[in-house]
Amino acid sequence: MSWLLAGPIIVPFVTAVFAFLFRAAPAGRWLSVIGSAALLIASALLMVEVLDQGVIAAQMGEWPAPFGITLVADLLSAVMVVITGITGLAVAVYALADIDESKERLGYHALFQVLLAGVCGAFLTGDIFNLYVWFEVMLISSFGLLVLGGKKEQLDGGIKYVTLNLISTILFLAGVGLLYGLTGTLNMADLHGAVQQVENQGLLLVVAVMFIVAFGVKAALFPLFFWLPASYHTPAFAVSAIFAGLLTKVGVYALIRTFTLIFTTDIAYTHTILLWIAGFTMVTGVLGAAAMNDMRRILSFHIVSQIGYMILGLALYTPLAIVGAVFYLVHHIIVKANLFLVAGVAERIAGSTDLDRVGGLYRYAPFLGFLFLIPAFSLAGFPPLSGFWAKYVLVKASLDIGNYLIAGVALAVGLLTIYSMTKIWGYAFWKPHPAGIEPRLSRLSRHDRAALLIPIASLAALTCVIGFFPEPFVQFAERSAAQLLDPSAYVSAVLGSADAAQPAAPLALLEDGQ
Amino acid sequence: MEILIALIVGVLVAASVYLMLARHVLRFLFGLVLMSNAANLVIFASGRLTPEAPPLIPAGAYAPTQEVANALPQALVLTAIVIGFGLFAFALTLVYRSYQGLGTLNSDEMRIAEPVTDAAEPRK
Repeated sequence: MSWLLAGPIIVPFVTAVFAFLFRAAPAGRWLSVIGSAALLIASALLMVEVLDQGVIAAQMGEWPAPFGITLVADLLSAVMVVITGITGLAVAVYALADIDESKERLGYHALFQVLLAGVCGAFLTGDIFNLYVWFEVMLISSFGLLVLGGKKEQLDGGIKYVTLNLISTILFLAGVGLLYGLTGTLNMADLHGAVQQVENQGLLLVVAVMFIVAFGVKAALFPLFFWLPASYHTPAFAVSAIFAGLLTKVGVYALIRTFTLIFTTDIAYTHTILLWIAGFTMVTGVLGAAAMNDMRRILSFHIVSQIGYMILGLALYTPLAIVGAVFYLVHHIIVKANLFLVAGVAERIAGSTDLDRVGGLYRYAPFLGFLFLIPAFSLAGFPPLSGFWAKYVLVKASLDIGNYLIAGVALAVGLLTIYSMTKIWGYAFWKPHPAGIEPRLSRLSRHDRAALLIPIASLAALTCVIGFFPEPFVQFAERSAAQLLDPSAYVSAVLGSADAAQPAAPLALLEDGQ
Repeated sequence: MEILIALIVGVLVAASVYLMLARHVLRFLFGLVLMSNAANLVIFASGRLTPEAPPLIPAGAYAPTQEVANALPQALVLTAIVIGFGLFAFALTLVYRSYQGLGTLNSDEMRIAEPVTDAAEPRK
């Protein structure tokens, strides 16, 4: 069982080592593809086990919980790891054609695999300090990927990305320190019980808000999202796609995990803050996108606005809303990564992603137009694609508890999303190309065409599958939400059935002993 | 002792916020270093400060026989210092490289990725 849990972390690390050793040879990029496929298999095995057994946990180094580092997989962790595998494989294949040799020699594939390892580690860990370490693994590799190539825009965007994310990790670290001081434990399952016994609930709320801010920066929540639209349009398209798909979602995952497992002592307070943040995030994101004029920058702002929906689900904190949040998370990763991949192909054949300087894509590359429309409509929430069901569940959850305002905001933001998508469609696909270029897919070499279009088509097909057959996915999200709202299975899987932890005692002893 | 550490943390954070408010990116980075050290001190103090009780286990015993200092926060701080050092080294290199590439460290002038002259609508 412990190998199953460690697999999705070990596989990308091993791949990273080999990809780095073979970085100068073509073998490096195929190693990355093979490694990503192996990650997908490892994550699928983990998923099968979790579906079969419920929450599974393993103690690393045989140190019993809550003292050692625990790896835990419940349904949410497992599905996030599977989605990481899917997106990772799609982007690794795409990178075969997108990443040039100079970037490969600098170690692109190794960094990419370390990023995947960091993301999987963050999804699987059951220890809050370990979560910090995985965040750092993920961050340092994302820093490398972001500035790889060293164009001026990349350096400019990189500075903003690096500095703001470093502030967030420091806040996270300080929050972990204070939480440890309050409870005497770092194990998340143990914390679930320990926070109930904390006398100083006011300080606990302060720590909770520190976590909202720290994860809010990672997840690009209002008003902390400025690093995202400043940097996501600067690196290579494969890098943009994996960032857009996964990185902010790790922040969302961390918020969902901590605010269903640990900070549930004063839901009326913390989750009301989250609700306001969610509303403002949705609105500012979509308005920012409306003001943008470049495909990638429009899509970057849409990440912000879509994050708002997920946090909305968490903030409402009803079973149906959590179902919506989980469903949205899964759907969004696939759709968003795919849109960035499409933008990359558009740039390759039409010469730019600036809406002023592209056009004619529908006339000369109708297949690309078709592949764009699926994720674009899904993002906007057209039935019967996956985004419709995600939005439907969230809007229904808001109406159920009588919060008509936020339901209205969610619907209006969906409408504005259509506006941005039609803007891209109108200017990049319908308008004739301003320079008179005929952007045909046949301008790409056979090899490039396959490497670029197969991942896009596969992800689009997956979006359609989720959209046309939502029943099993919704059922899955329901089971996952039930686990999140009642963490007793999670806690007993980590700590063992005998819940015998008395966490606050040791630290209190130290204090008295002075 | 706790009060002293708390005051140090407060002073460090105040100084780092002051530095971070500067437009100069290098100053911002120094602020970041101060802040990460403040966070380390917070962890250190969270584990309770118990001077003169080294966490040593006598020969032959499996657990400390008397009250000892909490060793966990020190392990955490050590991890955080190492990670923070790596990140700071990267950030410093990035700033240096940006200075070479962009010719400035004034964050107001760093508008290459997001140009000031953004048109809201594409040209027809």
